[in-house]
Amino acid sequence: MFKRITAAEAAAMIKDRSRVAIGGFLAVGAPESLIDAVVAAKTKDLHIIVIASDWEDRGIGKLVANRQVRSAQVSHLGTNREIQAQMNAGEIDIELVPQGTLMERVRAFGAGLGGVLTPTGLGTVVQEGKQIITLDGKDYLLEPAIPSDFALVKAHKADESGNLVYSKTARNSNPIMAKAGRITIVEVDEIVPTGELDPEHIVTPGVFVDYIVVKEV
Amino acid sequence: MDKRSRIGARIAAEFKDGDYVNLGIGLPTEAVNHIPEGVRVTLQSENGILGTGPQPAEGEEHPDMINAGGGFITANPGAVFFDSALSFAIIRGGHVDVTVLGALQVDQHGNLANWMIPGKMVPGMGGAMDLVTGAKKVIVAMEHVDKRGNPKILKECNLPLTAKGKVSLIITDLCVLEVTPAGLVLKELSDGVTVQQVIDATEAELIIPDELK
Repeated sequence: MFKRITAAEAAAMIKDRSRVAIGGFLAVGAPESLIDAVVAAKTKDLHIIVIASDWEDRGIGKLVANRQVRSAQVSHLGTNREIQAQMNAGEIDIELVPQGTLMERVRAFGAGLGGVLTPTGLGTVVQEGKQIITLDGKDYLLEPAIPSDFALVKAHKADESGNLVYSKTARNSNPIMAKAGRITIVEVDEIVPTGELDPEHIVTPGVFVDYIVVKEV
Repeated sequence: MDKRSRIGARIAAEFKDGDYVNLGIGLPTEAVNHIPEGVRVTLQSENGILGTGPQPAEGEEHPDMINAGGGFITANPGAVFFDSALSFAIIRGGHVDVTVLGALQVDQHGNLANWMIPGKMVPGMGGAMDLVTGAKKVIVAMEHVDKRGNPKILKECNLPLTAKGKVSLIITDLCVLEVTPAGLVLKELSDGVTVQQVIDATEAELIIPDELK
């Protein structure tokens, strides 16, 4: 069962060099209170796993601007000049991963799988250094699971059992990240009594949730 | 009609009633303004919605409602929200009928390059590699030549590929080209454009059917 904590308490658990999977897509559905707390904690040399590098002043862009990110697995950098500048200067290591592949690699870790087979990236630079496996005459890339120490997630509501529902397109990568953290910390807009969320409508079961922070910004 | 609207209308003419469609940012989104009467198209956006509706009126934007380009959207009746893994199951699993993307380069083998220029621009591939790999039909929609007037339709792409051999149709301001096992076939010319103009603006070999000669 989850424990309720503050964003600062959550940030204090995350040590330098941690691997952190963070939900959100172009900062929509990003756990901004948790990110702000990690910025305030000045945690260093983080490895982040995120769909896109967001904007300089929103989402994970704030961690990049504060020079807390040493490396990232990410599918898109186009909206954030700062991360591109740090990459070009050799200050941040970037592995560009196709978005669907990134989601499956993270999902695989949360589901106890070693990796996935995908045709995406065949015949491109994504293939370099990877094993090709042929099944039924079709080629696939073997893409290994992506582990993370912490998942930072934004959901709309939690109930007192830790079950989560999301809001519109702010759902995006959040349910995937939530299942994949060795420790999953969820920022929510509100916590409602158990029983208020329809079991048919719950997206993430509370079993995946370790800590909940109620949004502070 | 201006150039962009003409390309948008030509893209939309490819949609069949009932199609599930994913449109890339920029020029491909022009198609939504030209979907023919009686053709119902369900738009997917890879961040996690099927049934994307029109842009909201000013002041009506919802902060949690964006498309994959970051623009504010609405949801049509019957729309569904889902997580990104499910979104790419739809894409990679072959459930999207048509995807339309822009290109830096496309070649006569149907290879596409649209995600980086080494040393200059590295925005990343985002969802493009999965879309081009998984969609049933891949259409490239773009200006025929680049800003300096150089051909973008080549014998062989020399930029890093998005996917190999997946493009089936190329729609530009000058013409429509079909990718076939024999090579690029000139299907249609835009109004007032000559075969010679297309040949001059294209590096790839073109197969010109008799009726266009």
